[in-house]
Amino acid sequence: MDLQGFGHLLLSGAWVTLKLALTSLAFGLLFGLVGAAAKLSGFRLLRLLGTLYTTLIRGIPELLLVLSIYFGGSMLLMWLASFFGYTDYIEISAFAAGVAALSIAFGAYATEVFRAALMELPKGQWESAEALGMSRTQTFFRIILPQVWRLALPGLGNLFQVLLKDTALVSVVGLDELMRQAYVASGSTKEPFTFYMAAAFIYLGLTAIATAATMLMERASNPVSRGARA
Amino acid sequence: MNWDWSVILKYLPRLLEGTWLTLELVAISGIIGIAIALPLALMRVSSSPWIRAFPFAYIFFFRGTPLLVQIFLIYYGASQFEAVKQSMFWDILKQPYWCAIIAFSLNTAAYSAELIRGAIQAIPRGEIEAAEALGMSKPLQVRRIVLPRAFGIVLPAYGNELILMLKGSSLASTITLLDLTGMARTIIARTYTPLEIFLAAGVIYLLISGVFIGAFRLLEKRLNRYQHYRHQVPVELTQIDPRLQD
Repeated sequence: MDLQGFGHLLLSGAWVTLKLALTSLAFGLLFGLVGAAAKLSGFRLLRLLGTLYTTLIRGIPELLLVLSIYFGGSMLLMWLASFFGYTDYIEISAFAAGVAALSIAFGAYATEVFRAALMELPKGQWESAEALGMSRTQTFFRIILPQVWRLALPGLGNLFQVLLKDTALVSVVGLDELMRQAYVASGSTKEPFTFYMAAAFIYLGLTAIATAATMLMERASNPVSRGARA
Repeated sequence: MNWDWSVILKYLPRLLEGTWLTLELVAISGIIGIAIALPLALMRVSSSPWIRAFPFAYIFFFRGTPLLVQIFLIYYGASQFEAVKQSMFWDILKQPYWCAIIAFSLNTAAYSAELIRGAIQAIPRGEIEAAEALGMSKPLQVRRIVLPRAFGIVLPAYGNELILMLKGSSLASTITLLDLTGMARTIIARTYTPLEIFLAAGVIYLLISGVFIGAFRLLEKRLNRYQHYRHQVPVELTQIDPRLQD
């Protein structure tokens, strides 16, 4: 495949794609945990909000989410800022809009993954930690979370694959990630097939790495296989 | 921020026009996708590694790359080759409508083929053995036992795939098609009311997926009704022998 000197452009795009995916992953995991906690909480209002979040976000296209946040986000932010007496123009960058949209979408699906993992854990874990005198926060971070991680990993791995591919959507609002660089390169060389194929193979490489990383993490988080190696 | 409900009302007919195109894209590519997925899935469960290789590579490529890349590869990519431009396919490949349908069909075929493969492998061994014992030939087994059984098993998962396809169809707007998302973008370019129009479009998508989910529930209940069948034992008998209770 002859990339006519545009190879570095694609690589720089891949780097932006990777940064976008990892930042969205971090926020998305946070949203997922908060969402799951809300859906399992004792307060009806929180449960309702959690259900609203997952139902709404899982039912609308990711592209629509990216576009709404990019084109509507600054209006919304300026409206919110006006309450604090800030009246200047606020612009939302393509990267920030992308992170917001992708992490909100990831979080909605991750909520379900975390909820299932949390419900999988026996209630006795909470009770025995309480009997040992641990506070609820301590129990959550020391006992529950490490186990939830192991149960949720396969599901989260799948979601990260989807997230990696969804980063391509942010090219629509002008972020210079892999997809957009392929668009630029094919525009000036008149060889669109070559560059979209090259981009496709870079995406394949990224998803393959993500899958391998998930498998390694799954193995590391499983006490049985950890014992077997030692 | 001034919220303007009237703009939604004013442009609702245009949004519904876009909705129609979205449904059309999903329906046509869904049907073509299934038609491609079935032979792929059957090849995938073949005992020969050579026959398995093609569907494996196909599924790996289409599931591992973004749908947007696939659409652009077909819509923009085809024009790179003079041979394609000279051929009779060019009449089809220069139209964004058909490019979108080709891309969506090939994409959903890859996902559906994996679902159908899973369903075929989930059919209890005994049922296949029974068919064999009755002297059914391989093609007859596939037609009468494997596919109908796989169809019932795959249904819930295929409902999810259909919702994902509905959401993926919004990418048609990137190659100038006026589907629901494309129409919303056009209206916003004229009125500059992104929040109102995107909200309206989002609600329409939610309604469509709600209808899909409901329709699949009904279909599932009907096709898999043997699962919901409860053997009725008269109360007097269960009182005599508690083991007769379910």
